[in-house]
Amino acid sequence: MAALRLAALSTLLALVLIAIFILAEGLPLILHEGPARFILGRRWAPGDGDYGIGNLLAGTAWVTAGALLIGVPLGLSIAVFLCEVAPPPLAPFLKPAVELLAAIPSVVYGFVGLVTLVPLIRTHLGGPGFSVLACSLVLGVMILPTIASVTYDSLRAVPSAYREGSLALGAARWQTITRVLIPAARPGILAGIILGTGRALGETMAVLMVAGNALRAPTSPLDPVRTLTGNIALEMGYAAGEHRQALFATGVVLFLVIFSVNVVARALVRGPSGAR
Amino acid sequence: MRGDRLAAVLLWGAALLTLGVLLALVGHVLARGLPVVDREFLMARPSSMGRAGGIFPTVVGTVALAALAVAVAAPLGVGTAIYLAEYTRRGRLVEMIRFATDSLAGVPSILFGLFGFLLFVVRLGLGWSVLSGGLTLAVMILPTIIRTAEEAIRAVPESYREVSYALGGTTGQTVVRVVLPSALPGILTGILLGVGRSAGETAAVIFTAGTALRLPRSLLDPARSMSVHFFILAREGISPDNAYGTAAVLVLAITAVNLTAYWLLQRFQARRH
Repeated sequence: MAALRLAALSTLLALVLIAIFILAEGLPLILHEGPARFILGRRWAPGDGDYGIGNLLAGTAWVTAGALLIGVPLGLSIAVFLCEVAPPPLAPFLKPAVELLAAIPSVVYGFVGLVTLVPLIRTHLGGPGFSVLACSLVLGVMILPTIASVTYDSLRAVPSAYREGSLALGAARWQTITRVLIPAARPGILAGIILGTGRALGETMAVLMVAGNALRAPTSPLDPVRTLTGNIALEMGYAAGEHRQALFATGVVLFLVIFSVNVVARALVRGPSGAR
Repeated sequence: MRGDRLAAVLLWGAALLTLGVLLALVGHVLARGLPVVDREFLMARPSSMGRAGGIFPTVVGTVALAALAVAVAAPLGVGTAIYLAEYTRRGRLVEMIRFATDSLAGVPSILFGLFGFLLFVVRLGLGWSVLSGGLTLAVMILPTIIRTAEEAIRAVPESYREVSYALGGTTGQTVVRVVLPSALPGILTGILLGVGRSAGETAAVIFTAGTALRLPRSLLDPARSMSVHFFILAREGISPDNAYGTAAVLVLAITAVNLTAYWLLQRFQARRH
């Protein structure tokens, strides 16, 4: 019993340690630079002692928005399809396929994006190919399983009486889906979208490989981009001293953003009453 | 009714597109990678930075890292799940544990990498090593194992427990002899998912286990996992053939692990109904 309670404290301990270690390493630099200058500053030039992550934040925002544009409609459609439309012989294949999509390593996504999407974008749409668009496509597919599985669970949790009632009133299947099932499952669907947003914000290796990693803020989907995560992964290998602290400071911002996103998702799943 | 038809077309389109993307992704990697993979590729040491030779040290590195991660995370995770499902009712502590577990699940792998680097590599002086990498991965897969195990334990019918108590079993006996055996397939599912995530992880491992391309001989030796090896080969353009070969092995292994996990869970759920 005592051992069990101790085990149960492991995630709490881990979360606190992660927060403490990353804050302790990154926060001094943020305070030294001034939070406003660090977060809004548009010049990241470790050689000159300039640490502004404004452009990186913009990059992360572009890429995450793009990923949601692709991942949300696809994820929702898959969930509705699995729940309401899929003929019995297809569903047993599609569900593990979606879960497999979540299991494929991010470096594999990045590499396949690099050898297929990047040249395709370069020849047909212009620009260097390494771009917000390439990141969005790769990330969109990567967050699709998260959105689909949370949505699927919340659609399944809608009492079947709702469905039957709607059909009994003469509603078509599509009307039942859009007017009854989706509204009833809305908190869960929103939570799935927010969890997907968290994944997109934090994804590193796949984005790094197709982003181009230019330090300018993108102005079009065809521009190269560098994200918060990509910046950490690119420079951690050789950074030292103040530069390394600045990377941990980037980690602090990332941690706070994702932590808030998850808190919102949690509140939504539990609903206003606090009950599941 | 026209709306119905249009919707059906869109939903079918999304489903087929998703299946198509998965098949194209896996197909591309296997088509380019499998011709490279043979016994020699798996069992030989690499030479000239991975340009030639095999990937044996990275296979060993991946297995060692995933095994250590699971060896640490499985007891902690299953213990947490038992505690949450069998020993407590709602309370502040339980709320905090759930909050921490959910939050930990949302932490991106690069932050686990930074954390593992600061705590295990630097502060505890373990250096870039199998131990640092495995412990970092253990923290990362803990939420998955807890959630799956807790669900599996809660799915054990109440009547099983009642019978055990009626026969005079204590809570401990009931958990060990009745609840855990019937929840085992579900618990194994979570552990397998953890193995899969550990094997596919790059960002958390590259800063904690290092990139040394030697065969690790102890827990304190640095190790390069297959994912990290693939990343380095691909990104630095060292050898497209060996990169694809490594990716093919990785994708096959992870697919096998995940499909096994899925199959176990289906059987477990089918038995319940």
